Amino acid sequence: MSSRKLDRNMDAAFKIAGLAATFFGLLVLVVLVIDVFMDGFHRIGWDFFTSYPSRKPEQAGILSAWVGTIWIMITTAIFAIPLGIGSGIYLEEYARRNRFTDFIEINIANLAGVPSVIYGILGLGLFVRMMHLDRSVLAGGLILALLVLPVIILSTREALRSVPSSIREASYALGATKWQTIRHQVLPAGFGSILTGIILAMSRAVGETAPLITIGALTYIPFLPTSPVSLSQQSPYVHLSLQGFFDPFTVLPIQIFNWVSRPQKGFLADAAGGIIVLLAITLFMNGAAIYLRYKNQKRW
Amino acid sequence: MKKLLGLIFLTVISVVICQKPALAADPVKVDGSSTVFPITEAVAEEFGKSGGGKVIVGISGTGGGFKRFCRGETDISDASRPVKQKEIDACRDGGVQYIEVKIAFDGLAVVVNPQNTWVDYLTVEELRKMWEPAAQGVIMKWNQIRSDFPAEDIQLFGPGTDSGTFDYFTEVINGKAANSRGDYTASEDDNVLVEGVASSKGGLGYFGLAYYEENSGRLKVVPVKGKGDAVAPSKDTVLNGSYAPLSRPLFIYVNKDSLKTKPLVAKFVRYYLENAPTLSAEVGYVPLPQNEYEAGLSKIQ
Repeated sequence: MSSRKLDRNMDAAFKIAGLAATFFGLLVLVVLVIDVFMDGFHRIGWDFFTSYPSRKPEQAGILSAWVGTIWIMITTAIFAIPLGIGSGIYLEEYARRNRFTDFIEINIANLAGVPSVIYGILGLGLFVRMMHLDRSVLAGGLILALLVLPVIILSTREALRSVPSSIREASYALGATKWQTIRHQVLPAGFGSILTGIILAMSRAVGETAPLITIGALTYIPFLPTSPVSLSQQSPYVHLSLQGFFDPFTVLPIQIFNWVSRPQKGFLADAAGGIIVLLAITLFMNGAAIYLRYKNQKRW
Repeated sequence: MKKLLGLIFLTVISVVICQKPALAADPVKVDGSSTVFPITEAVAEEFGKSGGGKVIVGISGTGGGFKRFCRGETDISDASRPVKQKEIDACRDGGVQYIEVKIAFDGLAVVVNPQNTWVDYLTVEELRKMWEPAAQGVIMKWNQIRSDFPAEDIQLFGPGTDSGTFDYFTEVINGKAANSRGDYTASEDDNVLVEGVASSKGGLGYFGLAYYEENSGRLKVVPVKGKGDAVAPSKDTVLNGSYAPLSRPLFIYVNKDSLKTKPLVAKFVRYYLENAPTLSAEVGYVPLPQNEYEAGLSKIQ
């Protein structure tokens, strides 16, 4: 066999191997999704979303779980987004490169790889016990905020780095200050990528179970966190309250985890139903991230 | 316009500040055993539906539940075994006094694979031979348990060390709680144990009776011979005490202080004992004789 023919065969072989590798992952996903849909699709319905958990599998629902998930996501976002973007901007635009910033950078990169259960243990000691937040939405949200913070910082930096320095120089040339340059030129230019990073980080937080189980988030909870806005017949008609942040909660992954370990087969269908909802949420968030990335793609 | 917005903003802020802290009654906080969870969940569900009040239930395992209970973080602790000396001390240090109330029975089923044709029953001694710490790495084949068993490999499945089921089984079989061989497949999720035994020919595992009953087509239950004849677990043999020693009572531990100062806790525990006979049966456990519930009720008065 001539060496050219060998090369060509290798080329074809690698193409097939690559294709097989791609389809392998896809196939596993498809099998999983089909399996889950067959088990749980019949459970998806209005009642499933509006019922609390129950000892009767056919009456059990995910109301407290999905509402809790939304509460936790909002709390996580409130803390993680400003902190993450802020430190990303500082590290990329302001910080001088020295040993100290190198040290911070290495640590942030390391934090991104710490197993989530470690964050749960930290949160149990710090937020739940020391700060006496108990098993509240606030404690859960803070833990997940810590968990996704490194991801947001890294993606913010990545986004800012991809803005060409010619943009900055042009802005300075027109007499803008550093903050004006960042505020009006660099941030808007990098906004799409930052948003993509945030959404991907949040979609990681949606599925996290371990840290919340570590702090002992609840599995049976027949009420929702206090709504931040409530209406009443008497003056002042509209009430605002922060009480919800201090209320106990459960989230979808914990509810699924609980149902999976029950003996009755009916709960496995409920768990599959919960998994479908969780998959849908993750798919929606990832889809949004891809769309935003596509829409904000800039060519310099 | 800006002024108006400012005014609205101020009003909103003052409303927020003037809001009294939520006066809604503090919910009854329960945590502990995953074995007891289905009963407590069922009672909490009915209690809530009948307008009784809010109850929240967590799963931290019997041991984990006591840790929180003895810090005064919960009102009630679910337990699948009696409180241990270590936990009694912790509660004393935490200034927590409690009342122990029995709420149901549970049988621990010992199961093997349906292809296992050789096991007709096992004695407590044979189970000990299989599970004691000295068996680790030594007892690997069925014919080491009884000489007329085949030389088939044994695969063992059991709950993890945080579980009250593990504590109870090791106590009655090996003579000391938490004293067990370590080289077995452990999972806190009993369905994993069911899958394990159902898919390995030489498999043997133990877990709550409800898990056997839901999977009786895929598992074979092993009658256990204690002092008398070999007895298979069922609701009847658990209730009449003949399935010994692997029947166990389940408990809730109630914080005395909560019982006195939180009327909702007293109301919930009373409701619990009144409804445990029907609800515990409904979720797969064996109710106690009626007089036991009455004894519990008089304890909490």
